[in-house]
Amino acid sequence: MKVTFTVNGRPTEADDVWEGESLLYVLRERVGLPGSKNACEQGECGSCTVYLDGDPVCSCLVAAGQVQDREVGTVEGLAQGDTLDPVQQAFVDAGAVQCGFCTPGLLVQTHDLLNRAHHPSDAEIREALSGNLCRCTGYEKIMDAVRLAAARKADARDAAPTGLEG
Amino acid sequence: MRSFTYTRPAEPAQPWTELGPDAMYIAGGTNLVDLMKCGVAAPGRLVDIGRLPLADIEVDAATDTLRIGALVPNSDLAAHPVVRERLPVLSRALLAGASPQLRNLATLGGNLMQRTRCGYFRDLAMPCNKRVPDSGCAALDGEHRGHAVLGTSSRCIATHPSDLAVALLALEARVSIDGPNGPRAEPIEAFHLPPGETPERETTLTHGELITAVEVPMTTLGAHSYYLKVRERASFAFAMCSAAVALEVREGTVRAARIALGGVATTPWRAYAAEAALIGGPPSTGAFARAGDAATEGAVPGRDNGHKVELIRRVVARALSTLAATDTPATDTPATDTPATGTPKSPGTGEAPRTGEAPGSTEGEHR
Ligand SMILES: Cc1cc2nc3c(=O)[nH]c(=O)nc-3n(C[C@H](O)[C@H](O)[C@H](O)COP(=O)(O)OP(=O)(O)OC[C@H]3O[C@@H](n4cnc5c(N)ncnc54)[C@H](O)[C@@H]3O)c2cc1C
Ligand code: SF4
Ligand code: FES
Ligand code: FES
Repeated sequence: MKVTFTVNGRPTEADDVWEGESLLYVLRERVGLPGSKNACEQGECGSCTVYLDGDPVCSCLVAAGQVQDREVGTVEGLAQGDTLDPVQQAFVDAGAVQCGFCTPGLLVQTHDLLNRAHHPSDAEIREALSGNLCRCTGYEKIMDAVRLAAARKADARDAAPTGLEG
Repeated sequence: MRSFTYTRPAEPAQPWTELGPDAMYIAGGTNLVDLMKCGVAAPGRLVDIGRLPLADIEVDAATDTLRIGALVPNSDLAAHPVVRERLPVLSRALLAGASPQLRNLATLGGNLMQRTRCGYFRDLAMPCNKRVPDSGCAALDGEHRGHAVLGTSSRCIATHPSDLAVALLALEARVSIDGPNGPRAEPIEAFHLPPGETPERETTLTHGELITAVEVPMTTLGAHSYYLKVRERASFAFAMCSAAVALEVREGTVRAARIALGGVATTPWRAYAAEAALIGGPPSTGAFARAGDAATEGAVPGRDNGHKVELIRRVVARALSTLAATDTPATDTPATDTPATGTPKSPGTGEAPRTGEAPGSTEGEHR
């Protein structure tokens, strides 16, 4: 079957998709976006997290046909050209990346969290990231990265002229 | 995975006209796609109901009923202001389930229809009466630490995995159904079937029938409600034991109580005996302990899941004392004898929608 959808703002068409393929597979193998990772394939680890119509979801559990005419945002869409998103930069600066397999999913999930909660408590961060498993870092550096990204985004908002930043 | 065809109903009012004999509906896909990957579900055709106009949450002011469309995502339902304020047990049960990414996909109807997490059910190499009728039950003599102690049969002891359904049971919700034989509605208590001789049948739905909505009465009782879920870790795990509780207390006396259990029974489980143990008496620690005892009535533990009986006692008692310590209009007077203690937390305030701190999560002794 053919699946037509939008990926990172770009209209995209995937041909010869087998009905049993997941959105994750389509992104990685047909659209050439291997940023989203394939680890558990059953919704347990969050490494495949992408935006679907603006909400983060596990793309491994979305059937290809379900995304027809919908909008998908992947980790590849977070940076503006060569400028990393503040969340990405914070993960680099805080040393929150070891093997990196969990990172793309954590970036998308954190990006969503900080869009909705400007000053999340540690408990809120933990709960928001509860569906993203990391086997390397022990999560402390990830917590540091999220706090750092939240602080930098708050600074950027304070610096911006009022009324322009949401 | 078996090959299948994929369709989206052209006639939204009657999606069952598109359903062949080996077709299945797909909503969010979080349970069905998973089961198709491991070969437990093998439909020849998927009918995607995800875009049917069944995603509204409406308040019927005349009857004080909340009507929730079957396709409302769990995350939206948990964050809905009316749910948070007037049906806190529902919001808490939802937020205690799965992860944010899954709740964004998971729908109300799909949650009620999700299959058990019994490991043997997913393992095609093992006998399982629920997957293949009359093949046997590997859990009876096998790994069953997490299995049910209530509502079991000699054919299946798998737990029902839903948190949402437990809250809906305590709220006496009704399930609206439509299908080839016309619309019907029934109490959620009747909707889920105990395994008995036919564990492969889990609900009253017949082929082609569709859940269209769930109706929840918004009562004083529902407004004073709470969900406690105990898991093997603090978040993102199915329940070892959970309790949805609601209390109406006037002049120091419990006038009405609802107690439903999750993670310990083959269906969402209403603990009537525990409710009866409370009504007419004070909301005291002693009464809550007696309710916990009564909630275990009929429990039949196996070799390795006896701890669930003790968990039921403690989870019920603690859920009740936590609820009793919260200040809502339904509780106007403190307990008269031994005051009940717990962590007061006014339901439905101060938590950011969808990201609130672990609601209904487990702390302390039950970890
Ligand atoms: C890792 C993981 C952890 C989870 N943890 C929890 C948890 O802690 N607590 C909890 O409660 N749940 C948990 N879940 C389960 C999750 O909530 C369900 O998978 C989800 O609610 C199913 O909804 P869906 O829309 O994705 O259903 P789908 O996967 O689309 O469908 C599931 C079944 O329901 C049928 N169906 C769907 N909609 C309808 C309808 N309207 N009428 C009739 N039939 C219908 C489908 O045919 C299919 O058989 C977890 C899931 C995963 C993957
Ligand atoms: S407990 Fe039920 S689901 Fe599990 S193996 Fe036995 S029959 Fe199958
Ligand atoms: S690969 Fe999707 S959740 Fe693990
Ligand atoms: S950095 Fe290796 S899994 Fe997280």
